[in-house]
Amino acid sequence: MTTTSTLPARAGVGLKAEHYGDIVSGWPDMGFFEVHAENYMGEGGAPHRYLEAIVGRYPLSLHGVGLSIGGEGALDKDHLARLKKLIGRYKPASFSEHLAWSTHDTGYLNDLLPLPYTEATLDRVCGHISEVQDALGVRMLLENPSTYVLFEESTIEETEFLARIARRTGCGLLLDVNNVMISAVNHRMDPFAYIDRFPTDLVGEIHLAGYDETTDSAGDRLLIDTHGSAVRPDVFDLFIHTLERTGPQPVLVEWDNNVPAFAELAAEAARVDAALDAVRHKPVAAQ
Amino acid sequence: MSVEGWQARFAGAVLDPEAPVPGGVGCVRGEADPLRFAVYRNNVHAGLVSALLAGFPAVARVVGEAFFSSMARAYVAQAKPRSPVMMFYGEDFSDFIAEFPPAAGLPYLPDLARLEYLCTQSYHAADAAVLDMRALAEIGEADLAETVLRLHPAARLLASPYAVGSIWSVQRGGQGRKVAADRRETVLITRPRAEVRLTVVPEQDVAFIEALNAGATLGTAAEAALAADGRFDFGRALAGLCALGAFRGKDGA
Repeated sequence: MTTTSTLPARAGVGLKAEHYGDIVSGWPDMGFFEVHAENYMGEGGAPHRYLEAIVGRYPLSLHGVGLSIGGEGALDKDHLARLKKLIGRYKPASFSEHLAWSTHDTGYLNDLLPLPYTEATLDRVCGHISEVQDALGVRMLLENPSTYVLFEESTIEETEFLARIARRTGCGLLLDVNNVMISAVNHRMDPFAYIDRFPTDLVGEIHLAGYDETTDSAGDRLLIDTHGSAVRPDVFDLFIHTLERTGPQPVLVEWDNNVPAFAELAAEAARVDAALDAVRHKPVAAQ
Repeated sequence: MSVEGWQARFAGAVLDPEAPVPGGVGCVRGEADPLRFAVYRNNVHAGLVSALLAGFPAVARVVGEAFFSSMARAYVAQAKPRSPVMMFYGEDFSDFIAEFPPAAGLPYLPDLARLEYLCTQSYHAADAAVLDMRALAEIGEADLAETVLRLHPAARLLASPYAVGSIWSVQRGGQGRKVAADRRETVLITRPRAEVRLTVVPEQDVAFIEALNAGATLGTAAEAALAADGRFDFGRALAGLCALGAFRGKDGA
């Protein structure tokens, strides 16, 4: 089985259909591109035409949103087959999915929904990840979620839950720093302490994005994971702290809603590349 | 674990706007917080509605965003996606619209939705070579009548009692031009390069393309077309369809 990720320790951005033209006409300097696997599960046409051209020049991060790894039900074999076909065709430098669920008896709900952290769900998730890795022939990265609620039945702290999954299945971890900030604010945790607890030796990629802010029924701050703006300053500070622990990593800037002009997205990636350069000249903090 | 586990309770409450926060779901203060749970409920519903909006922009323009949202929400309530491949969500949205009483005043709306779904299918259809004029010219005149031309995998045909092709192009173009809807149109969707293209088939060519679509030889299709409309011009119709990329060529040619 391959390593979890061969992405370069540089900034990358999500590949958006509205930017296809900009990218193929200018071939910008970019560490890698990321696609949501589900958007490339048609048979042909423009999406594959552009992706084919782009993977000829850049490493690709294949990011799934639909496997429902955190769910109680069996994995969708048809969906695994579609993923296997994509991986065979594009040979991505990494494949990642979420610690979340999206499918239930009623159908596919198109959102990343939360799960309780118990010994039972840990076993279930590990079983699903082993099945995914066996079916796809790759070691995957599992991403920490952003959450708005807590389950009373949870008995395992999230970073421990992730670390135990990774150590048992051999998968790597995708550390979404925006998700850490969102969950930390929403559940009154210290986001820096979360990063310090995180098993940074298992990290194969970092995600950054923008969040929105509202308040809950008690008037407490409630951060919402929207991917609709530039990375917020507090998340960028947390990212710098993260890099000091992980060392340089592949870093994806996610901007999926209110998608800006490509130049603005590239400028956000350049800001990340500058932070990666800065950390290259600093020693990694002791674990 | 109880028969109805945490996931079934969560899914049930996410899908039912009237349901309370499911048992066992709280927040850092301990108690259940309806506004926090509502984030998930809104994400699920808004996400599915915006997927439909992305797939049916002309329908949305015709009815306006508020009407579209309420129609889409009603559809979402009864038809969840069956797979995570969201671009193909809304396969039977047109049938739903046909039975949606508030849309009854716009009888062409279901066919407009059908047309948009066919466009989505065309956009994502398998790649294949397009039969060009040169390859067509290579078919000897003696063989032409017996030749069966296969439609390109990205080609789609919709015959409607309404002028849905014209309505589509006005809505997509954002022009305010009025279209008389009560006029039958047959629309051919092709993808000559990566872009999807819609063409209203000239009336005299409709029987020809329909026969070809059904697998008829060029000769049989031409006879059917001439019988249906004396204005049919075989050479012009065939060259026109060929230029639109309607037919599949030899791969690697």
